[in-house]
Amino acid sequence: MRQGKWFLNGLLAAGLGVMLSSAATGAMAQDEIKIGEINSYSLLPAFTEPYRKGWQLAVEEVNAKGGVNGKKLVVISKDDAGKPADAQTAANELVSKEGVAMLAGTFLSNIGLAVSDFAKQKKVFFLAAEPLTDAITWEKGNKYTFRLRPSNYMQAAMLVEEAAKLPAKKWATVAPNYEYGQSAVGVFKKLLSAKRPDIQWVEAQWPPLGKIDAGPVVQALAQANPDAILNVEFGGDLVKFVREGNTRGLFKNRAVVSFLTGEPEYLDALKDEAPTGWIVTGYPWYDIKTPEHAAFLKAYQDKYKDYPRLGSIVGYETIKAAAAILAKANSTDPEKLIAAAEGIKLPSPFGEITFRKIDHQSTLGAFVGKTAVKDGKGVMVDSVYRNGADYLPSDAEVEKLRPKS
Amino acid sequence: MAFYVVQFLTGLASAASLFLVASGLSIIFGVTRIVNFAHGAFYMLGAFVAYTLTERLSGALGFWGGILLASLAVAVFGVLIEMILLRRIYRSPELFQLLATFGLTLMIEDLVILIWGPDDLLGRRAPGLRGAVDFFGQQVPSYDLFLIVLSPIVLGILWLLFRRTRWGVLVRAATQDRDMVAALGVNQKWLFTSVFALGVFLAAFGGALRIPRDAANHAMDLSVIVDVFVVVVIGGLGSIIGAFVAAVLVSELNAFGILIFPKISIILVFLVMAVVLIVRPWGLFGKPEAPARKTPGLTVQPWRPLSANERVAMIGVLIVAAALPLFGGTYVLTVASEIAIFVIFAASLHFLMSVGGLASFGHAAYFGLGAYGVAFLAKMAGLPMIVCLLIGPLLGLLGAAVFGFFAVQLSGVYFAMLTLAFAQIVWSIAFQWVSVTGGDNGILGVWPAAWASGAAAFYWLSLGVAVLVVAALRAMTFSPFGYALRATRDSALRSEAIGIDNKRIQWTAFVIAGTAAGIGGALFAFLKGSVFPDNVGISLSVDALVMVLLGGVETISGAIVGAIVYKALNIWLVSHTDLSKLVLGAVIVLIVVAMPKGIVGMIETLQARRGRSTKSAMLASRVESAE
Repeated sequence: MRQGKWFLNGLLAAGLGVMLSSAATGAMAQDEIKIGEINSYSLLPAFTEPYRKGWQLAVEEVNAKGGVNGKKLVVISKDDAGKPADAQTAANELVSKEGVAMLAGTFLSNIGLAVSDFAKQKKVFFLAAEPLTDAITWEKGNKYTFRLRPSNYMQAAMLVEEAAKLPAKKWATVAPNYEYGQSAVGVFKKLLSAKRPDIQWVEAQWPPLGKIDAGPVVQALAQANPDAILNVEFGGDLVKFVREGNTRGLFKNRAVVSFLTGEPEYLDALKDEAPTGWIVTGYPWYDIKTPEHAAFLKAYQDKYKDYPRLGSIVGYETIKAAAAILAKANSTDPEKLIAAAEGIKLPSPFGEITFRKIDHQSTLGAFVGKTAVKDGKGVMVDSVYRNGADYLPSDAEVEKLRPKS
Repeated sequence: MAFYVVQFLTGLASAASLFLVASGLSIIFGVTRIVNFAHGAFYMLGAFVAYTLTERLSGALGFWGGILLASLAVAVFGVLIEMILLRRIYRSPELFQLLATFGLTLMIEDLVILIWGPDDLLGRRAPGLRGAVDFFGQQVPSYDLFLIVLSPIVLGILWLLFRRTRWGVLVRAATQDRDMVAALGVNQKWLFTSVFALGVFLAAFGGALRIPRDAANHAMDLSVIVDVFVVVVIGGLGSIIGAFVAAVLVSELNAFGILIFPKISIILVFLVMAVVLIVRPWGLFGKPEAPARKTPGLTVQPWRPLSANERVAMIGVLIVAAALPLFGGTYVLTVASEIAIFVIFAASLHFLMSVGGLASFGHAAYFGLGAYGVAFLAKMAGLPMIVCLLIGPLLGLLGAAVFGFFAVQLSGVYFAMLTLAFAQIVWSIAFQWVSVTGGDNGILGVWPAAWASGAAAFYWLSLGVAVLVVAALRAMTFSPFGYALRATRDSALRSEAIGIDNKRIQWTAFVIAGTAAGIGGALFAFLKGSVFPDNVGISLSVDALVMVLLGGVETISGAIVGAIVYKALNIWLVSHTDLSKLVLGAVIVLIVVAMPKGIVGMIETLQARRGRSTKSAMLASRVESAE
């Protein structure tokens, strides 16, 4: 028995030793500036792989142009396995052990919020890349957190603008049953009803995220016989929903307005079964002719021999923005970083963007268009870029939403 | 009217896909008693292999041939797994196979990404079954009709196989009493292998048949495995017809339930299972389990308290652990705090499993309740940290008292599944009740008070609480209560006969374990500064099970080592490699093969063999015959 305990000691010591030795490697080089990046690489590879390629390209470009004020930009990337608690462990490692100047990344809303709360507590600058929840800049916003991607509210406002033009009076909604789905539907309903008081909401379906039983859901929607459908399903759920809907004729003679479906991440998975005529937000990389985007597209395709997804843009712009903020602040002090980031203007593949002082949301926009099938693939047509700055509520409203602290 | 008929048919089609996978699981469990966590992984493999084959092979023959070929290929893979891995551990403590199949699932998840890439893969539609049939103005997909016809056919074939062949007779016999079958000279090895192959074939077949409806994706395995388990348990373990009826029941309730409560899907199967198990403790078509002839472990180590020398050694270990802040940085200390919290969590489950013989699949419920308790107190009532830590775990106690009352009426896997159902109900409340719990965005800003906010202070706090909890649990193990609890575990009949109130003792143990888990959860909330429904989730319950099994379920405090090894390994791997699941899974599988009694169990066995080999062997054989 005693030997057993010694063995246990050995195990403990070995475990600690491993941790300590890895702690020792975190020594910082003077001519480097580090960004800590966290995302759900193992849980959501389909979205985070293009994202990773995007930021890797940005790091290369920044360093090719001499880095950040002469210092080499280094990004240390960690996986959060899709769990808020793990994301905080990673954030802690990046801040306490690696000594990063700022945190960046995250995909899921709850993870974005967890890291933003960590940032607030530990007084670290955090640039949220992809989470869509409005809470991260408004109800639960804090001064250390900035967000790049157009929020749920902004995308809803862009879609409502188009939806209000439709003659449809009876609307049904289908959305995954979690915070993002609920708030997407909530904002959309509120904004559309405000513009069109004559609208009725006749049916709402809330299948669980990732586990839609598409047949019954499609039937239930069809039974309500709406003129138009708002869809917030995405990923694997979207595929099932669209296939069932096509087979059962749900989308015949009905308008569909759909969040995110125009993003290559989601549209490409549908191949030739992609729906046609849906009004969507997305990223038609094949149709954007601006010089900024052409330069990005060429660099990306040269490096990876693959086309970019929206995640690539987000990853790329996250690191570009981070580098610009670090360069402007010329310091790693979080207070100086915040001061530098508030109101900073910088170029992006979609045109110039700025991080608003009032709520730390960037004005990066999205493309709104219609889906179509071309050469056996889903595409977006008639797409127009909507500048994010035009789809945010008034400053007075934002002031009310954001906690005072 | 036509709508309701069509909705019914749609429900039947959903039931068909559920049944195919569930039948395989039911067969495997019935005979081998393996809780095959990897069943979902085989289902996913079936879909991916079928995708590859149906894209390569053209025409209708190519499509259907591809589906069958894929299922066969995965079945062969399953056979290899059974022969190489599972055969070695049939004699291990109950549920140990769960650990092996869990490791396997982790590995397969990463392997699928390595082989097929990260994207979702949309396969072909079934040739000839692309369209829909018009039914009084409602469209019914012809593929749905195909599935509706197919599943009774599969049921019929399985029925014939089990009722009309010699192999089937043997399988049924083994389901009822496998020791007797072995005693009669049937080669169990091949019986188990063939049963496993059939089960895996059905899983892969179910996956392959998803191709025309679904894109093959990386979340398929976990999205199906729990539902399938639930269906099997509702139907009654080992009953194919039960699985069929349960699949239809669940799918139809879902198809019509969403018309009235669109948000019901998230929790429906668990509600149904909870109700069924409370009313019929062995599922719809299950039979009460015969009093099991317990498989004795490889050797039986009698439990005893630590000797004086060992106590000194333990204090030494503690001094070393308490000195960690002298040479560890903030990160090391935070990780160590997390490990200490998981030691509490794992030890609480271990108490229930090893001393009480009650394996809970939903232990995270009480961990999460403790965390939410703290979050409510801190955020809504604004109470100071110490008060939160003292009162918060009471929510875990309360939950354990209510759920435990129902759960201890059952035993074995049914007990486990009822605890799972309760945990999922708690989870869905945390998830859905947005105005109180914040839904999946959680409750933020639950940070420790100033005196405990330093990494070292919080570490000492966690370590101190962990030591207290573990010491208390050990003291209880060797108290009269602990002996009574062990009596209920070892022989329900005999303990009743000597006047022990089994259910009350087990209920008390459940509440103790739930409270201890709640203490862990309370600390966890302060460590992370936030609480999410994740803290109640299935994956956390599975983590706890893995820690206990890894440490060794037949030991007194193996879970402590299990928690340290698993958590440290997990954090380190996630931080250092992109293939953390592959490596972690491989390590678990290796440990399973090398140490079939868990880490601590193995160490104790080795010692016993070295020290008093003859004496303990004699003792072991005497204990065995006494059983």
